[in-house]
Amino acid sequence: MDKRLSPLSRIFLIVMFALLYLPIFYLIFYSFNSGGNMYDFESFTFDWYKELFQDTRLLIIVLNTIVIALLSALISTIIGVLGAMMIYKIRSGRTKNALLSLNNILIVSPDVIIGASFLILFTIAGIQLGFYSVLLSHIAFSIPIVVLMVLPKLSEMSPSLLDAARDLGASRWKVITKVVIPYITPGIFAGFFMALTYSLDDFAVTFFVTGNGFTTLSVEIYSLARQGISLSINALSTIIFLVTMLIVVIYHLITRRGRKSPDLEVLK
Amino acid sequence: MENKTTRNLYTIPYVIWIAFFVIAPILLVLYYSFQDIDGSFSLTNYRNFFTPIYLEMTLSSFWYAFLITLITLLFAYPTAYLLTKLKHKQLWLLLIIVPSWINLLLKAYAFLGIFGTYGMANKVLEAIGIGSKDILFTDFSFVFVSVYIFIPFMILPIFNALDKLNPTYLDAANDLGASRWTTFRRIVFPLTIDGVKAGCQITFIPALSLFMLTRLIAGSQVITLGTAIEQQFLVTQNWGMGSTIAVFLIIFMFIIMFATGTKRRKARG
Repeated sequence: MDKRLSPLSRIFLIVMFALLYLPIFYLIFYSFNSGGNMYDFESFTFDWYKELFQDTRLLIIVLNTIVIALLSALISTIIGVLGAMMIYKIRSGRTKNALLSLNNILIVSPDVIIGASFLILFTIAGIQLGFYSVLLSHIAFSIPIVVLMVLPKLSEMSPSLLDAARDLGASRWKVITKVVIPYITPGIFAGFFMALTYSLDDFAVTFFVTGNGFTTLSVEIYSLARQGISLSINALSTIIFLVTMLIVVIYHLITRRGRKSPDLEVLK
Repeated sequence: MENKTTRNLYTIPYVIWIAFFVIAPILLVLYYSFQDIDGSFSLTNYRNFFTPIYLEMTLSSFWYAFLITLITLLFAYPTAYLLTKLKHKQLWLLLIIVPSWINLLLKAYAFLGIFGTYGMANKVLEAIGIGSKDILFTDFSFVFVSVYIFIPFMILPIFNALDKLNPTYLDAANDLGASRWTTFRRIVFPLTIDGVKAGCQITFIPALSLFMLTRLIAGSQVITLGTAIEQQFLVTQNWGMGSTIAVFLIIFMFIIMFATGTKRRKARG
């Protein structure tokens, strides 16, 4: 096969990449515009960043978002790993498939339905909308992705490894902590980072289950954007872009260590 | 016996999660879909759904989702195909994926600037002599931004399918005298159809239910099933009607997954 691309193909690819990155760099570019709009670039300024860091309300929202993301990623990773171990243990193919289907429901469901049904759930259960309802929903929609990241690692594990450990007299607990967990660590990290990005990225579900007093960044950006353009959002997105890149790099360094570079497939 | 209790102990959180956050929400939506606005049992919502207003909305929602999926596919397939021919293809693929990691809201917000009255798109249009147009808050901007958002998710499964394609098939077709178009139509496309199906599924279902994009980018030009659900739940406060629309969306979702999902488990494993 010819590895060389025709000029036309080359142009097509370049245009695709340019289009994909255009909005992101557009935002970043205008975050330095003293003109105050996204149309005419007047002169370079850091004013919007200054304004951003003086906005305590926004900083609290950022903090909320990070706390929710870290907590929900941590808890969903724990529950997800336990769930993956449970599914791995099941011998009957039919039960296994049924459980996996249940597991995947929240991944394929549209966000609007997850949000609306959780809103009903929390209202009926008497959970006040706010921090806890947002945290619970983020945990809930992150668990299945953790399971999907951990399960392949478990099935890769050779059963003789477990037999050997048991033969050598390891207790059930020892087998799990000394053999299983270290073996599936790359999967656990991948799951944790996926959960983290899911939580940071979520808008629709949070929009439904958040009360009046509590917002996350996505919801806040939504309400700000509905009022029109403000370059502090641009400054904010520049920072978010850099942080996202950082997380992506860390994620890749970690998963690369766990052989190959797997699981780009399980993106969304 | 002790083994059994310890096993049960660690499965508890996961089982609780399935019961409370997977099964219960579906049942609750189903239950609420049979309640009218006063909270008593009735079929009103279902009757309402089959009135012209809602049927038209469903139809237009499907039309837009179809359009978005088709355009996304038309751009994603050649991109994925060309990507597989590049030298550092995994790296380039990663670069395609990176924009999908940026918060959706920020990307939508960027288009407010690009498509705005004095924005870049209009400057370009003026420069090439077409003149300024109202782009923002039209169905065009809605479709464009949706395609932009879904394209990485479409490229990914198609790229994976193309990448797994055995090149000897192409050589064989070539030796047997097939033209490039015939090779594509008879060999490449059928062998990568699973990737295409997975991509369409990942695009079509969310496209039916987008609601923030319609608000931010499309003004009120476009109403999708998602917009309608959000409207019923958070604005009108008619949870019953909202749930009924949600039930139909879930049904559509299963039909689409059934239609496109023959070997999907492998593709997403």
